[in-house]
Amino acid sequence: MSAVAAEEILLELRDLSIDFKLKGGETLRAVKGASFAIKKGETFGLVGESGSGKTTIGRAIVRINEASGGEILWKGRRITGRIDRELDLEVVRKIQMIFQDPMASLNERAKVDYIVAEGLYNVRRDLGEAERQALVEKALLEVGLLPEFASRFPHEFSGGQRQRIGIARALIMEPELVVCDEPISALDVSIRAQVLNLLSTLQRDKGLTYLFIAHDLSVVRFITDRIAVICKGDIVELAETEELFARPLHAYTRSLLSAIPVPDPRVERARVPIAYDPSLHDYSRQGPIWREVFPGHYVLANEAEAAGFGREFG
Amino acid sequence: MGNETNILEVRDLVIRFSLRGRNLTAIRGASLSLAEGETLAIVGESGSGKSVLVKSFIGMLDQNGRVDAGSILFEGAELAGRKTEEDWLPIRGRKISMVFQDPMTSLNPLLKVGRQIEEVLELHRGLSGKAASLAAVEMLDRVGIIDPQRRAGQYPHEFSGGMRQRVVIAMAVACQPRILICDEPTTALDVTIQAQILGLIKALQRDFAFTTIYITHDLGVVANVADRVAVMYAGKIVETGTAEEVFYDPRHPYTWALLSSLPQLGVKGHPLYSISGTPPNLFREIKGDAFAPRNPKALKIDFEREPPMFEVSPTHRAATWLLDPRAPRLQPPEAIRALRAKYLEAEA
Repeated sequence: MSAVAAEEILLELRDLSIDFKLKGGETLRAVKGASFAIKKGETFGLVGESGSGKTTIGRAIVRINEASGGEILWKGRRITGRIDRELDLEVVRKIQMIFQDPMASLNERAKVDYIVAEGLYNVRRDLGEAERQALVEKALLEVGLLPEFASRFPHEFSGGQRQRIGIARALIMEPELVVCDEPISALDVSIRAQVLNLLSTLQRDKGLTYLFIAHDLSVVRFITDRIAVICKGDIVELAETEELFARPLHAYTRSLLSAIPVPDPRVERARVPIAYDPSLHDYSRQGPIWREVFPGHYVLANEAEAAGFGREFG
Repeated sequence: MGNETNILEVRDLVIRFSLRGRNLTAIRGASLSLAEGETLAIVGESGSGKSVLVKSFIGMLDQNGRVDAGSILFEGAELAGRKTEEDWLPIRGRKISMVFQDPMTSLNPLLKVGRQIEEVLELHRGLSGKAASLAAVEMLDRVGIIDPQRRAGQYPHEFSGGMRQRVVIAMAVACQPRILICDEPTTALDVTIQAQILGLIKALQRDFAFTTIYITHDLGVVANVADRVAVMYAGKIVETGTAEEVFYDPRHPYTWALLSSLPQLGVKGHPLYSISGTPPNLFREIKGDAFAPRNPKALKIDFEREPPMFEVSPTHRAATWLLDPRAPRLQPPEAIRALRAKYLEAEA
């Protein structure tokens, strides 16, 4: 981790595991010892397919899911398990989340005013009504909505506008880290660009840090600085975005990259998707460990595989 | 065009829905022709009318919807006036079948998968008993379901999303349709599964020799599958051409906007080209080019008169006044010029 030591680490996962109890007393380990650190001001992508555990990690960071093993650190302080009231309040404010489906994530029976201000009722009890309303108006303006929308209900808005309301609800808390869980995948193509541009502008203006959770590598490539790839609960690779695209190491990452559809018929017709076959790893003699193969480029691999990467890209 | 090899000809189709006493014009005069054996992708955003358009080919418009004008000729037979279930029986599911985005819309959760395919075979191909169940297992095998004999005895919930979509495809293809309509067939699936499903549909198209219509908003999927592309906006087809023509030489400002708003074609660190505003209200009469209010470079005439379809090449047409000889010469956005340059370089 020497390369990132100089920069401020905002959030760190250390060997985080998350279990779910299933019917019949069985346990499902959704996240298996995930470790990574998110630097202040960056956009960190977490990419995987459905069931990979990417959303579970996002939800653990905002403490909806509990950690079963390992820990999550916020500015060096542990926020998993029991924490004191003061840290709890800080984390509630400073880590916010934007959800995938703007149709499902807004309370249908509340007005926009309440939806956007809901978080404030918990952490800013000092605010008077006028001050609270002023904050709601400011948040709405920041996401490109009109202040008079505050008195309307969610069903009066389009998908793109609802996602803006979801973003305003996060912004009003003055967060430092925003967990964006597939924030554009439910939106129409022309609206996606608007929301992506909004997220970039807000990041620049407010110095926000994003954890961007998505399955679509082509979108993730456009907006992230670094990417972690997760497969069935294991983080299998982590690198700077362009490095990951230039030198994908893990077989699963290669499969995922080969599957991205490209809006270019000539390229797309020639594309050959590579299927990922977990049995191609020979871990009979030595199991894989998390290792740095190139500076800042980590992969889950054993000694023999790492030597192979060195030969291939050396 | 009157071309004999066209399996489907749609002419000036108008479809309206009555909603709370008001009329919504979902399709505002769409024309389309489909050549036998080709793959056509209809691209558009939600509300553009792409799903409504294809649903009218199989008589699946909602109760309050109706074809108000125009014609749909399928192998020479008129589909536009058909109303009753009986009218549609020889067509729907038999000659033209459809695969939906969510496989559970087409599957009965209470019926074994094999049985659901048998029903199709009994209804449309007159098979029964042992012959039907054998043919059902064969279809499951054909769409890549491993151990089809055993899987035929299972219920839909025992299948993963990708496997369910394979079952739905087996049902749709079992009656050997002439046209297969795929409505966002891979949107709900993971990218690795998506690639497999697209590959499967292509292989089946080769073996069963049907014609395919894709409906999608995913231009990556379009680039993968389409021979020809039709771009829809606000109930109209605004541009149509071969995949190469639409991707590398698009002419309609909406096609420009759609392509250049894609993150895949964007330049990192720069804002994406974005389309402001929202699509027009289809309850109201639309004057001029429906896209004009969202087009920052719209001409004066775009707000006044509706552009006709201008011919760019024998296969490529677009409804924009920019193609009128009197119009100013406008450059397409940067992302599109870059895409075209890359293509020309590779061709050279």
